[in-house]
Parts: sequence; C-alpha cells; structure tokens
Amino acid sequence: MEIFLVLSIPLAGALLLAFFGARRFVAQLNICVSFATLVAAAWLVVRVAHHGPFLAGHEQFFVDSFNVFLVALTAFVGFTTAIFSRSYMHVEQLHGRVGPRRMRLYHSMYQLFMAAMLLALLTNNMGLLWVAMEAATLSTVLLVSLYRTRASLEAAWKYFILCGVGIAQALFGTILLYFAAEQTLGHEGMSALLWTHLNAVKSQLEPRVMGLAFVFFLVGYGTKAGLAPLHNWLPDAHGESPSPVSAVLSGLLLNVGLYAVIRCKVLVVGSIGSSLPSHMLMGFGMFSILLAAFFLWRQRDIKRLFAYSSIEHMGLIAFAFGIGGPIANFAAMLHMVVHSLTKSSIFFSAGCASQNAGTQQMEEIRGLADTSPALGWSLMLGSLAILGMPPFGVFTSEFLMITTAIRLHPWTAPLLLVGLGVAFAAIFSRVQSMVFGESAAPSPSNDDVSHKPVAAATPAMIPAFLHLAMVVMLGLYIPPVLAEWFRAAARLIG
Amino acid sequence: MMMHQSHWIVELLNLLASILLLISFAMLSRRRTQRLITLYAWQGLVLFASTCLVAYSSGQKELYYSAALTLLLKVIVLPWVLYRLIRDLGAQWDNELLVNIPTTMLVGLALVIFAFGLAQPISMMANTITRNTLGIALAVILLSFLMMITRRKAVTQVIGFLAMENGLFFAATSATYGMPMVIELGIALDLLVAVFILGIFFFQIREQFDSLDLHHLESLKED
Repeated sequence: MEIFLVLSIPLAGALLLAFFGARRFVAQLNICVSFATLVAAAWLVVRVAHHGPFLAGHEQFFVDSFNVFLVALTAFVGFTTAIFSRSYMHVEQLHGRVGPRRMRLYHSMYQLFMAAMLLALLTNNMGLLWVAMEAATLSTVLLVSLYRTRASLEAAWKYFILCGVGIAQALFGTILLYFAAEQTLGHEGMSALLWTHLNAVKSQLEPRVMGLAFVFFLVGYGTKAGLAPLHNWLPDAHGESPSPVSAVLSGLLLNVGLYAVIRCKVLVVGSIGSSLPSHMLMGFGMFSILLAAFFLWRQRDIKRLFAYSSIEHMGLIAFAFGIGGPIANFAAMLHMVVHSLTKSSIFFSAGCASQNAGTQQMEEIRGLADTSPALGWSLMLGSLAILGMPPFGVFTSEFLMITTAIRLHPWTAPLLLVGLGVAFAAIFSRVQSMVFGESAAPSPSNDDVSHKPVAAATPAMIPAFLHLAMVVMLGLYIPPVLAEWFRAAARLIG
Repeated sequence: MMMHQSHWIVELLNLLASILLLISFAMLSRRRTQRLITLYAWQGLVLFASTCLVAYSSGQKELYYSAALTLLLKVIVLPWVLYRLIRDLGAQWDNELLVNIPTTMLVGLALVIFAFGLAQPISMMANTITRNTLGIALAVILLSFLMMITRRKAVTQVIGFLAMENGLFFAATSATYGMPMVIELGIALDLLVAVFILGIFFFQIREQFDSLDLHHLESLKED
C-alpha cells in the first residue's frame, strides 16, 4: 500500500501537471505533489522502521535496509528541489528563458522523473529496474534541453545517446542474468528476475555468465552513475540543464545508478565467489576520483565544476563499495546520503549565483558575500561540506573510507589522498574568489532584466541551508534507525 | 525442454539469424537514410519470423505476443514514424562518414569474430534450440554500435540505436525464449517513447542549427 502510494503519487502528479501545466499555481502544485510523495515515503519508512523489510505486489516490489533510506532521500530531495524550483524557475520565466508551455513540460517531466527513480529503487524485478532506469533517462532528456540553446541541445543529445547506449549494455546484462537464472530457477515467467529469489540462489548461478553479465551491468548502470571513463555526458548535462534539474540529476539519479550496480554486484559476487567485481568497482572508482580531480582544475563554468565534483564523489562511493566489508559499505551509504544533500544544496546556490550574475562563468561571479550574503555563505558552506571539512557528514564518511582503505589496501590511500587534495585546492580556490573576491565593476550583463532576481534568491536558499543543516547533523549524530539500516545493508552487500 | 523439434526448424532459425547479420552489414554500407529505415523494418520482420519460430518450436505462448509486438512496433510503427520524420526534416542523405565504408566493413568483420568468441562459452550452456545464435545477436549489437560511432547524422545514430535494440531482443529470444512479458512491454514502451522524444528533439536541433548534422554538436568540449 505504502509502496503503491509512493509510486503513484508522482505519476498522478505528472499527469495532473501535464493537464494544468500553464496555470499560475502550477509550481505550488508541483510542491504539493512532491510533499505528498514525501509523506507517503515517510509512512513507508515508519513501517519499515517498525516492522522491518517487506515484499509487496506479488513480490514485484520490496523494501529492505538498502533501499529504504534511498527512497526517503529521493522523496526528500525531490520535495526541497520543488521548493527551490518554484522561485528559481519563476525568475527564469521573468528572464524570458522559458515560456509557460515549457514550464508545463518541465513540471510534468520532473514528477515523471521522480516516479521513475522511485520505481527503480523499489522494484524487486531486475527487468523492471532496467525499464525504470531507461524511463528516468527519457524523462530528463527534454529537461536538459529545456532552454533550447545550442549548448543545451548538444548536452541533451549526448546525454540521450551515451546513456541510451549505456543502458542498452545493461539490458544485455539483464538478459544474461535472466539466462543464468533460468538455468537454476527454471522458466517461471516473472519470478526468475526477482532480486530476492536470485539472492537466495545466487551461489548456484552459473559463474561464467554472471561474470560476463556484471561487466555489462557495470558499464551500463555505471554510465548512469557517471563513473569515469563513461562520464562524458555528465558535465554537459549538469552544466546546461536548469539548476533544479542539475540538483536532482546529481543528487539523486547518480545514486540510483550506483544502487543498481550494487544490487547486481551482490548477486555476481555470490555467484562467482571471487573478488573480481569488487576490484572492478575499486578500479572504476579510483579512476573517476583521479580523473575528476584533475579535470576540476580546468573548469571555468561553475556548474561544470560541481559536476566534476559529483564524478569524484561517485568514484569515492564506488571505491568504498568495492572495498566492501561492514565499515566501507557503511561509509559508502552514508556518503550517498550526505553527497546527495550537499550537492543538491550546492546546485541551488550555484544556480542562484549564476542566475544573478547572468553567466555561469566563474570569473564573472565575484563578491557574493557582499552582494547577497545568504547565497555566498550557502555556497561557501556547501563547498566546505563537499570538500570534507568537519563537522559535516562528508568528513565522517570520507574518514571511514580512508581509514578502511589504509587498513585493507594501503597502496590506494596515497592516491585517494592526492585526489581529494587536488579537488580541495581546485574547488576551494574558485569558491573562495567567487564568495569573497572583490566584486568587479558592475558586470556588463547588469541590464534591466537581471536586476530583479536578487530578491528572489533568499527564499530559494532555505532548502540549501536545510540540506546543509542535515549534513552537519549527520556528521555529528547519525540517528540509530538510520545507522541500523546502514549496518543491515552493509551485511547484505557483504 | 521440449526436444522434439525437427531439424528444419533449427536450420531455418540459423538462416534467419544469418539474414539478420547480413542486414546489419548492409546497414553499415548504406548511405541513404531511407534505405536504412527500410533495412531496419526488414530486420524487424526477420525478428518477427524468428520469434514466431521459437514460439512454435518451444511451445511458449507468451512469445507469440512478443512476436506480434515486434511486428507492430518494429515493422510498422517505428519505420513509419522515422519515414515521416526524415521526410519532414529533409534529411535523406547521410554522406558524411567519419570512416570510409570498406574500412568500416573490415572493422565490422573483426567485431563479428570477437562477438562469436565472447558468446562461445555461453552458447555451449544454453539448452534452448537457438543457442548458436547468441553470437550473432551479440554481433548485431556491436555492428549497430559501430554504425552509431561512424555516422554523423542524428537520424542515422538513432537507427543504429534501434538496431542495437533489435540485437538485444534477438539475444533475449535466442538465449532465453524471451524475457517475461511485463518486461518486454516495458522495453517496448521505453523504445516508443524514446523515438517520440527524439522526434521532438530533431525538430529542436534543426530549429537551432538548420541541419541535423552532428558536427554542430561539438562545441561542449573540455576546456
């Protein structure tokens, strides 16, 4: 019942918003739908907290300790982003960058995207997982190209083709998985792709097929998660899409991609009994960290800068899942949560900052602390959080990751530290000059249209600070129920 | 497993599989977009025939539905949508190739050998009648991928993408008697939506660039 609500509310919302699209209250309606989803997700979470994991809908859907917190996170960030989106997109409309018809598309697709991600998280069926991931791509393609500029069309095209090809690899992986499952479970129609069933018999699945399937899964879902070298779509899509979309792409979609990879990894490791999948994850993760850290230096665009930072953090999470074991898995899941909260907060601030400045070029964004203190500080604090300063939660998870890496794979620790250090220097220097740098003479884009938005920035910043507050809280105190889920999921992942 | 199939079914399936592979090569060598769409429709027809054949010989009723779905979607709806699109967009020719056709063919040959090598150990295990065809399915996927890489026009890339999905579908029927019906419906729906989104997208691209040539879409480089 709860699962049904969580899935159907955003879906119904998408239809509703497609219908009422051009009305004035549409942004509020979007917030209401997102809030209803959040309430339904909270209900689900309460049920899981009291009664433990459960299956529903002829075993097609399930909630366990690994997906329950991601569902809550997705619903929550979806809600706060809807709040942010109201004031942000209002200003965009004033600037004439989008018309009412495109706002209809925007809101409708936003809810559809939420529904697709929640379906991907909640389904027990590896085939439906694939369908939902593809639906999540399709619903965001037109969001990335919302502004219809040349750059945004290019980004959306790249996003569509690369993720489409990637996800086709994942489909082949799914076919191989089904093939392996059929040998053990027999041709029972739907049940041969149910994750819970597969997990029960994973040691009997044919290792050669599963090994090959994992390669396809990792490449396929890894493309969605933005792991290097499959990350090419990510900076473009994050840089060119409207900021609320960047926030949910980076904060939520990447997590869902990784979630899919890890679900597959559990099955494959159980089947082939070797650590090859773990090593592949570690390799991809480490490569992403290092590549992103060095590309960070070359960025001039504020949103692309943080897009590369997302690649880096996805690399960290993949790396930690690759190490495995109770502590590293715990750290990886904590990092999924704090990265999602922090990065969406940063995209809120970065979006407002570039909206006010009329450009995404970092050289032209100066002195935010003077011109709009709330914005400046949220960007500064968000950056410090993402760079892993205590007391933010990112520090906790990165600390756990690095200490585990030192203990289990000592040779990786220097590489990790170099990556983190380079990223720190790159991001901090840029953000520092954007926030505290001398504001230059009035920038050339300061014509009549771009004066209005400054006032709109402050209410839009509330979600940003809310997220940061939660990240601080997670750095100091992890609620016992969440910690219990992390521990249980860490055991599950192994 | 029902193993009473007569020899000719297996032979016929192998024949259909080879035709599928042949069509993939033909796609690599064609430059006119309309021809590509026709070839895509033919590919769909071969898939339809092979799915029916597997359904008949294995007695899986579900497969008839997915064969019907194939016929409807891949032979009728999608080619029609694509025809309309290229007619409205005037994108009949794809004369800018990144690699010339003979080279592409040679690379394609290498890919086929690679695909067969990769599929060999798995094909040995399959107890479905169609096990020899898994290698061909993988080859079709890789050839479509090659087509996407070597072509510049947006429409051609999309046909490559759709052909890749055909290869995947063929892999599903040849290795496993098809995925569960719900999944197939989901995949078909995704495919249909993808094509419609692309249709919208083509118009947006042309509006901005006055062309569907993808070399316009190369400004977002690493700086």
